[in-house]
Amino acid sequence: MNKKKLKEQYGGYMYIAPWIIGFVFLTMIPFVCLIYFSFTDYSLLSTPQWAGIKNYLKVFTGDQKFIAALKVTFIYVLVSVPLKLIAALLVALLLNQKRRGIGIYRTLFYIPSIIGGSVAVAVMWRNLFSREGAFNALIELVTGFHPDISWVADPKTALGSLILMAVWQFGSPMLIFLAGLKNIPVSYYEAATVDGANKFQCFFSITLPMLSPIIFFNLIMQMINGFMTFTQGLVVTNGGPMNKTLFYQLYVYQQGFEDFRMGYASALSCILLVIVLVFTAFAFKSSDAWVFYESEGKK
Amino acid sequence: MKRKKRIGSIAFHVVCILFAVTSLYPILWLISSSLKESSQVFVDAANLIPKDFKIENYANGWKGFGGISFSRFFLNTFWVVILSVLGTVIVCPFVAYGFARMNFKFKRFWFLTVMLSLMLPAQVVMVPQYIMFNKFGWVNTYLPLIIPLWFGNAFFIFQHMQFIRSIPGELDEAAYLDGAGSFMVYRKVILPLIKPSIATSVIFQFYWKWDDFFGSLIYLSSPSKYTVSVALRLFSDPTSMTDWGAMFAMGVLTLAPPVLLFFCFQKNIVEGISTNGLKG
Repeated sequence: MNKKKLKEQYGGYMYIAPWIIGFVFLTMIPFVCLIYFSFTDYSLLSTPQWAGIKNYLKVFTGDQKFIAALKVTFIYVLVSVPLKLIAALLVALLLNQKRRGIGIYRTLFYIPSIIGGSVAVAVMWRNLFSREGAFNALIELVTGFHPDISWVADPKTALGSLILMAVWQFGSPMLIFLAGLKNIPVSYYEAATVDGANKFQCFFSITLPMLSPIIFFNLIMQMINGFMTFTQGLVVTNGGPMNKTLFYQLYVYQQGFEDFRMGYASALSCILLVIVLVFTAFAFKSSDAWVFYESEGKK
Repeated sequence: MKRKKRIGSIAFHVVCILFAVTSLYPILWLISSSLKESSQVFVDAANLIPKDFKIENYANGWKGFGGISFSRFFLNTFWVVILSVLGTVIVCPFVAYGFARMNFKFKRFWFLTVMLSLMLPAQVVMVPQYIMFNKFGWVNTYLPLIIPLWFGNAFFIFQHMQFIRSIPGELDEAAYLDGAGSFMVYRKVILPLIKPSIATSVIFQFYWKWDDFFGSLIYLSSPSKYTVSVALRLFSDPTSMTDWGAMFAMGVLTLAPPVLLFFCFQKNIVEGISTNGLKG
């Protein structure tokens, strides 16, 4: 009898054992180590040397590249995420109609997002926006004037060209918006139209509030992804020109895997984690004011 | 009224087609450049139709670099992808079944760890993970790229759980009455019913692993072990690259598997992103 009880209480562990092992060894222990390493000097070759708050002190007082990386990443997230979500919402609204060919357009618009994170596309972008690339050639074709600028190598435009690349990949939030739009009951619009509401009023009083939980979900996901941007920064511009595209994760990579300053890289990672947590918490806090959950029946 | 409708329809298609052409232009340019003479790629760059189709670019690119051809890189990538997908398929439904159907002590706590992993960006623990795998002697092997996937992925566990919860518990009860054990119920009742969810996880895992660049970049050091993403990066190094046509040709080939996958399994992918919030 006792044995049976034991089985009832712990039998499930047989199934979730892989997850527990993975969580402990691949997330929890590394996380504790991350915090420990951030207080050490560690070059992989020797043992970690306790360094107290030296790494953090250096990050916050004497590291120009940290400031540059923070600036690049903030600008990137704060500009590309809203633009991407607006593009996604507009295209989703365009496709949320009963017309022929919607499925084909949806597929076509989604293609850039399937391949967007790959090295091949980053290489393509680098060449597309180079001095002799197709972008300049197109401008010449339309205006007759050949801009003598490499968009990815000029400090003024390099980050902008990467933001454009991010906005270009609006496909995933578009699909999520599209599914959300389909879930808004048609009767709401009918009722509003009977009461004399025009299309704009319908959009701002029905569509936006009903979509707000989905906008919120997309915002959180895209924001976290934005903070973790790496491939584009390394392959398209390699952090240059003049650190104008030095994404935070790229800087962590340079410190950890090019200069083998594991302690310093760990401190940077800890700081990034805190930043992401603060942003996420802030987003959740602000969501009370603008995210509308129908089931609660209140704003 | 009818006429107005017609104009609206034409306007809609014009807007959509213009937009599609603009957003697909870079990809068309990539494909066309892969067929151009290398010296022609940046002369008359906006032109999408190559003067003479130079298929040889593909053969030249395939030769790779340093005596290692792209057949090696593709083979390496397929190995990593297949073993990763296998881990995902075997482990995630198993764990999801435990969470969805079993009752055990501290279940809420362990479920919380799944939810936590959904939110936290995994890249943050890259440095200590690297140090750990380095201690194991796993650097410059595929183990750090594959083994973590054999312990379950929070996204897929959560997705399978949702799926299992929609299966009526009476089916389990009936099997238990017939004398089946919990594993038998898993194998005979649950597994066949969550096939669609498993299919989605296969597609997404393939797709993420194929695109994975950061993992391959830090763990693989000898070129003969490279996966296509790191190989392509080295192959396209702007300081040494001159054969542009060949470089673009290899770019096109590395994009082919995920694009093909998308066209074959569009329904699963669209559903995975729009209803389960998987990262596309």
